[in-house]
Amino acid sequence: MGKKLLLEHINEPGIETFDVYRKKGGYASVEKALKTMTPDAVTEEVKRSGLRGRGGAGFPSGMKWSFIDKKSDKPRYLVCNADESEPGTFKDRYLMEHLPHLLIEGMITSSFALGAKTSYIYIRGEYMYIVRILERAIDEAYANGFLGKNILGTDYSLDLYVHPGAGAYICGEETALLESLEGKRGNPRLKPPFPAIAGLYASPTVVNNVETIAAVVPIINMSGDEYAKIGVGKSTGTKLISASGHINKPGVYEIELGLPVEEFIFSEEYCGGVWKDRRLKAVVAGGSSVPILPTELILTTAKGEPRLMTYESLSDGGFATGTMLGSGGFIVMDETTDIVKNLYTFARFYHHESCGQCSPCREGTGWMEKILHRLHHGHGKKEDIDVLVDVAKKIEGNTICPLGDAAAWPVASAVRHFRKEFEAAAVEELLV
Amino acid sequence: MVFSPEALARANKIIARYPQGKQKSALLPLLHLAQSEFEGWLSPEVMDYVASLLNIKPIEVYEVATFYSMYNMKPVGKCLLEVCQTSSCWLRGSEEILEHIKNKLNIGVGETSADGMFTLKTVECLGSCGTAPMLQCGADFHENLTVEKVDELIEKLKKKNERSTYLKSLVNS
Repeated sequence: MGKKLLLEHINEPGIETFDVYRKKGGYASVEKALKTMTPDAVTEEVKRSGLRGRGGAGFPSGMKWSFIDKKSDKPRYLVCNADESEPGTFKDRYLMEHLPHLLIEGMITSSFALGAKTSYIYIRGEYMYIVRILERAIDEAYANGFLGKNILGTDYSLDLYVHPGAGAYICGEETALLESLEGKRGNPRLKPPFPAIAGLYASPTVVNNVETIAAVVPIINMSGDEYAKIGVGKSTGTKLISASGHINKPGVYEIELGLPVEEFIFSEEYCGGVWKDRRLKAVVAGGSSVPILPTELILTTAKGEPRLMTYESLSDGGFATGTMLGSGGFIVMDETTDIVKNLYTFARFYHHESCGQCSPCREGTGWMEKILHRLHHGHGKKEDIDVLVDVAKKIEGNTICPLGDAAAWPVASAVRHFRKEFEAAAVEELLV
Repeated sequence: MVFSPEALARANKIIARYPQGKQKSALLPLLHLAQSEFEGWLSPEVMDYVASLLNIKPIEVYEVATFYSMYNMKPVGKCLLEVCQTSSCWLRGSEEILEHIKNKLNIGVGETSADGMFTLKTVECLGSCGTAPMLQCGADFHENLTVEKVDELIEKLKKKNERSTYLKSLVNS
């Protein structure tokens, strides 16, 4: 069994309540940070832990915190990104639903480090039932002196609020999220300035994913150095993986980074193997945006080494033969899966979710969906495959935010690794 | 057209979360509240009312309401059945679930049943991939669906004969 730093107590009856959570050692990181550490010392521990953003980008979290503009006379904000919308990803939902106090504890400790007096949890609107769970837990934290004025008798005060979105994948992009939190359409902003300089209400702001903020709790409790001992190389600590698709045991698993992909898919501790005794065909390892890999490349790298669940190992080989850890949305496909159809569902998704601000993405995602629709329905031409790849190429790198890249990468990789299936789906010449 | 006292109290509590002069931040939560209060959709009159609560121009509400997929810009049935169709749900049989609902209620996607009870909608990934296939109705997730479970759900909703809303999630906390 790997170490469980986040989900250790998830099966404890009543863990969603303050009393049980506290009995299990909850809120110790708040006590330690507020009573014995300076804000900069907390940031230093996060830096030393090697923690990388768990939303998908994998940017070092401590470094992101250190960019916050401390010279500004404006209030600083911490905003939790709970807009989990990457297809195949449901770990934050699981964490918030069952361990609301873990997120709140992480928000308090992190807000203290950043000097934020007001913080928001921006949660996707479809998770409305979790708004209620979080608000109940927040009320309990206020009642027990962990939120509000002079927390634990110190001079640190914090207010924490939950803010629901309303159905827009793009609001998971941090500047679109901030626009949305300001009551506007979720159009990403041009950067710079980055949120650390001018974020929410043009004030210094850090936006972190739910799991990232939760991970601050064990980091402060055990120290950054101890946390960094878990994992492999620059992939430190544990990661929540959302496992779905054609496996025997879908669900959320906390793994130590460095676990072999093969073990994750086939061991009883995790996915329990491919369902219906079928063979593995392909895996999307980090949410719909990352390149799809066929069996031989997901289990081993092109060099023949076992592929590990780390940022580095999954991206070994670049986009030619590798992929990305991304959000940890691990979608498994068995031998019967129609890759063209699967790609069509992704293309439809990105077309639906494009905010429409940049022409390459607004128009390109629509064309990709149309082309895949006709290929899937048996009236596409062979030339369509090249047009499809060309459209993807022209979106990539030409948009304000990464949604364009996210729409392009699955297309390029699916055609690269499964071209024969696209050719088989196409007709030689148009019959009508 | 005004909120019930209960919803108005909630609206004022929501507005107070944001700094002075930034009350527009409350727009998304208030539109959810309004949709739950006024029969599941946002008419121009409802949007104008929300604008007046926040002291912003109606156009600022329209442009936001039309951007987000959870706001309904036309009337919907009492129960909005939102069936996820993205990859993980598709891999585990969402098409069969969708076809079954279409046949059972005799409606297509985007249509409302003749009795005004159900509106059928397809949605993109709702974060229920590990418990696929799924549909959402109001704040409730219905997961690991089979056609039998869908039949049971539809019977239950018919018997209950209430509008499914998010209101409980928004007000009772």
